[in-house]
Amino acid sequence: MAEFVSLAEGIESVVRDGCSVAMEGFTHLIPHAAGHEAIRQGRKRLTLIRMTPDLIYDQMIGMGCAEKLVFSWGGNPGVGSLHRLRDAVENGWPHRLELEEHSHAAMANAYEAGAANLPFAVFRGYKGVDLPKVNPRIKSVTCPYTGEVLATVPAIRPDAAVIHAQKADREGNVLLEGIVGVQKEAVLAAKRSLVTVEEIVEDFGPRNANAVILPSWAVTAIARVPGGAYPSYAHGYYKRANDFYIAWDKIARERDTFMAWMKANILEQGPEVFAHHAGLARQAA
Amino acid sequence: MSHTPMSHTATEMMSIAAARLLTDDDVCFVGIGAPSAACNLARLTHAPKITLIYESGTLSTRPSVLPLSIGDGELCDTALTTVGVPEMFRYWLQGGRITIGFLGGAQIDRFANLNTTVVGDYAAPKVRLPGGGGAPEIAGNCREIFITMAMGSRAFVETLPFITSFGHGKGKGDRERLGLKTRGPTKVITDLCVMEPDAETAELTVTALHPGVTRDQVQAGCGWTLRFAGELVETSAPTAQEIEILRDLHARTKRAHGVAA
Repeated sequence: MAEFVSLAEGIESVVRDGCSVAMEGFTHLIPHAAGHEAIRQGRKRLTLIRMTPDLIYDQMIGMGCAEKLVFSWGGNPGVGSLHRLRDAVENGWPHRLELEEHSHAAMANAYEAGAANLPFAVFRGYKGVDLPKVNPRIKSVTCPYTGEVLATVPAIRPDAAVIHAQKADREGNVLLEGIVGVQKEAVLAAKRSLVTVEEIVEDFGPRNANAVILPSWAVTAIARVPGGAYPSYAHGYYKRANDFYIAWDKIARERDTFMAWMKANILEQGPEVFAHHAGLARQAA
Repeated sequence: MSHTPMSHTATEMMSIAAARLLTDDDVCFVGIGAPSAACNLARLTHAPKITLIYESGTLSTRPSVLPLSIGDGELCDTALTTVGVPEMFRYWLQGGRITIGFLGGAQIDRFANLNTTVVGDYAAPKVRLPGGGGAPEIAGNCREIFITMAMGSRAFVETLPFITSFGHGKGKGDRERLGLKTRGPTKVITDLCVMEPDAETAELTVTALHPGVTRDQVQAGCGWTLRFAGELVETSAPTAQEIEILRDLHARTKRAHGVAA
């Protein structure tokens, strides 16, 4: 059964130095507060996995938490580059970052294979393109029925998955709504998981019979962090703070402005600031 | 050509020319940025029944403002339904249910291959770009591909440093040789002209110039020596209605995001 913990306890037990961690969220429900806590706790040598590494991975990479990134699209969506990711790849700052690069289809399939306890994923893709030349983990298999050659990638089996969701109930079941991305697959593919939630309710109440629910016994730990997805959004709670994504471009462009911002806004703060951020985002909405 | 009193920018012409290629019957996989503007303009003008799909899982979405990101809440709020990302790529894209994939790119070559990965050497890149995202499989699995991007000699290049998404490879027949059963890029809509792959060679050929644009201007924005079709047509100028709806869309978007999408 999922254990209710504080965010600090959850990160300490689920995300350990040197482990592989998938902090997923496809634009929506991105676990920013959890990423900040991992930075505050000084996590090192992580393999960060995510289809769309955005601001939170930019921050973790810039703070030296990661030695490897497994990804399929690394940008500031709608704005431009992730400058800390680029600085790591182009200049090795703060240290060298190994890349394992895929396409979205490959990673989505690889998460699903991980959740299904299969060794690899098979799909129709990567034809004629250069990624297989630079990523030796992309291979192919010949269909035993039709002879078609199909692309394969190894299943994603992270040591840890970290996601943000709308609600948990008293028994530790977790409910996600809206754009649900690959979060369910990431949690089921991982050895351990931490879910941060907007609120803990007595009972989910009336709901769609097909709602995305992670049963308590499929989750390791749950921490209540209202606003924990800010500046991304939580469907039904607060909107995406697009102005912050735009502002991040300038903050992250130079190393010193980045470090100053991280010190003032993350290292010297705690998870309680997220409720405040989300409150402002709600008012603006 | 006389019903166009409003002046327009080259970028507006690009969105409008791209939008005109879409119909009510299309099921369109929409990339963010210029493709998103074109697809929604089509929906708000002549193709109200077009099906727009974004890779975040939103099926048949009808946003009132352009999304800043591929997964904005607006897309989910206005969608017929929202599915998970594995289902999006497996059932809907790989399942062969998309008629048109609409892509942008950082760089393109004469056979409409695209690069959004790196400039320079992969292991030690001069510029690290975001990467492929959904594009490699969109390019392979949609029935046909439209590409929209502004011209410039750094974007339209003789040789790509990296092929992120496959167009026509090195020429006619390369797609078939790889076992691809889809048509690949059939139109490239730029801010100056429209290009189409030549029927014999698959090399991009300018088939239409936007109003007031010369061959020299188009060539100046392209890093390879361009071929022009024998029967070169002029794109119809934007109508007042097209301009008005596009500008309203951008104005609403700007108010919603604090930025022009």
